[in-house]
Amino acid sequence: MDNRGIDFGFGFLSQESSFDVQFSLIEYSGSDSYARAFLVGLLNTLLVSFISIIICTILGVIIGVARLSSNYLIKNSAAWYVEFFRNIPLLLQIFFWYYAALRALPMPEKANAWFGVTYMTVKGYYIPAMVWENLNVFLYCGLAAIIAIIVLRNYANKLRDIQGKQIPVLFYSASLLIVLPLLSFLIGGVSLEFEIPELKKLSKISYIYEGGISLPPELIALVLALSLYTSTFVAECVRAGIEGVSKGQKEAAASVGLTPNQVLKLVIMPQALRIIIPPTTNQYLNLTKNSSLAAAIAYPDLVLVFAGTALMQTGKAIEIVSITMLTYLTISLTIAAIMNWYNKKIEIKEK
Amino acid sequence: MFKIIKQLTSVVAMFAVLFAFSTETMAAKKSKTLENTKKRGFVRCGVSQGLPGFSNADESGNWTGIDVDVCRAVAAATLGDATKVKFTPLSAKERFTALTSGEIDILSRNTTWTLSRDADIGLTFVGVNFYDGQGFMVRKGSGISSTGEFKNGTSVCTNLGTTTELNMRDFFDSRGISYEPVVFEKADEVVAAYDAGRCDTYTTDKSGLAAQRTKLSAPDDHVVLPETISKEPLGPVVRQGDSVWEDIVRWSLNTMIEAEEYGVNSSNADMMKTSNNPAIKRLVGAEGELGAAFGLDNDWNLRIIKQVGNYGESYKRNIADTGILPDRGPNELWTKGGILYVPPAR
Repeated sequence: MDNRGIDFGFGFLSQESSFDVQFSLIEYSGSDSYARAFLVGLLNTLLVSFISIIICTILGVIIGVARLSSNYLIKNSAAWYVEFFRNIPLLLQIFFWYYAALRALPMPEKANAWFGVTYMTVKGYYIPAMVWENLNVFLYCGLAAIIAIIVLRNYANKLRDIQGKQIPVLFYSASLLIVLPLLSFLIGGVSLEFEIPELKKLSKISYIYEGGISLPPELIALVLALSLYTSTFVAECVRAGIEGVSKGQKEAAASVGLTPNQVLKLVIMPQALRIIIPPTTNQYLNLTKNSSLAAAIAYPDLVLVFAGTALMQTGKAIEIVSITMLTYLTISLTIAAIMNWYNKKIEIKEK
Repeated sequence: MFKIIKQLTSVVAMFAVLFAFSTETMAAKKSKTLENTKKRGFVRCGVSQGLPGFSNADESGNWTGIDVDVCRAVAAATLGDATKVKFTPLSAKERFTALTSGEIDILSRNTTWTLSRDADIGLTFVGVNFYDGQGFMVRKGSGISSTGEFKNGTSVCTNLGTTTELNMRDFFDSRGISYEPVVFEKADEVVAAYDAGRCDTYTTDKSGLAAQRTKLSAPDDHVVLPETISKEPLGPVVRQGDSVWEDIVRWSLNTMIEAEEYGVNSSNADMMKTSNNPAIKRLVGAEGELGAAFGLDNDWNLRIIKQVGNYGESYKRNIADTGILPDRGPNELWTKGGILYVPPAR
């Protein structure tokens, strides 16, 4: 490196970054350090991965179960969905969702309100922002509800084990979750107002919405592409998992008088999950790593902000690329660790 | 026994140091990059991924542009053939790494000369082949006629990894305007997003704006605002540490500019050998031993002028005749009211 006139060091991290980022979860401006710019990028990567993982799991389970449906139409549309989204390169899908969306979406001044208060425009999806008063009281109430539900569940389990009595836990839990936070509004002094986006004129022909929260189209396109693409793989994992449980199990469960719902919940799913979880972990890891394609459509993730702009402005290629690689490694290992823990929890416990 | 080994190693170390010094002093006269270029038979040149007028490839893969011409001039000077160049298209993000890692030997890619780039990154800027400045492009219908009319919340499309990102922040910050930077890796993506209405304005170097405007679906609906918010001297860059190669590239560029100053062009260069003006004779290799200093023959500069042309020819061919910037503005010779001024070749 000396030969090429490059010096090595991490001192640049505390220097002023002097560039701005489009979208950030934490306060950030150009006068903050490169280290903070790194954090901005990291959080954006985590955000897009987290949302996409949740959506792709929900979609994947639905599609996977749909593929096993006895209804010809549902079964085949699910199969088409999987084959279609699985076999087109992800980068192309990202470009498609981004540029197709940009072309198809209306300019802010022409946008129709969705649900009365949100606006989908070429410049982003504008939603009302929540303005809380006494937010902490509300959060405590939510927390209390969750604790109460856990206690209730344990009690219900005990009751079932000792007296063989079933109580409708789900109904009680749902009511707790609604009633307690509701009480905080009525007597806890909590209030919630919505700041609704309003149209503002920038020039003769250009407008934006002010107030509220703006979700940039880059984020939406990326989440769409990542979750649709990965959901096909998750769907296949789910299908494999359910098909992997032998038919005899289902028949045996039905013969002891369990309802079809109970058969799925108590007999099939616990066994299927053991098959589903390990390959699904791989898909989550892939999704997180694929999120680095964000740079192609200007979503300010870790690669764009840190391994892009910051690298260019400092010229510290080796340091920045190694930090970025280590970061992705850490994220992946963390996801793997969480999934392994979950896998351990649901695997057969031989007593 | 140990003592002997210790002494022996110190002697060996001393010789090694001496040897290193002697090769070092020898290398000062020679250029590793030049030697490798001659051995390889072509100049390795990093260019943009397509910026009309500067470096742009046509359907059959022929590169043209004033940045391309700098590399062609170096090839003409060192290898005797301006076509012996291998062009590597690079994104703004990749360009410096490609140069410092030795993948290319010249970076001629509308790159702004700044202190931190020159001093920090292991690069050396050799000169300026285009004086530019950052500007803004907006839709004509917006009625915006100056940068003073931007309002809070303006969304701005631009390229990743450029001085543009920094200037833009300085500009909006100093005026207390909040803005939304939408930063893409490739210029084509910026154009597509701006064209689709994602951004209210598109900012980059003015020459770039003029060139990219031609790629929009309706170029006439867009206008470049008059203000220039930064100095952007664009020029070729080489790796630090090979001063002879650095000189070759610098003086290849200077030769093109000086040739224009003295009225030497690709068609009259041969006749100029018999000129009465010694400065012109030096410029076409008929007098002096200018090439020897770089380890080149004496016709190196004549070949540049004959095969590539002078700076004016290059500008006309690539930028003026293509309608990008018909007016040379600051890129006119100092004798004609511009700021192009190069040290004398003597």
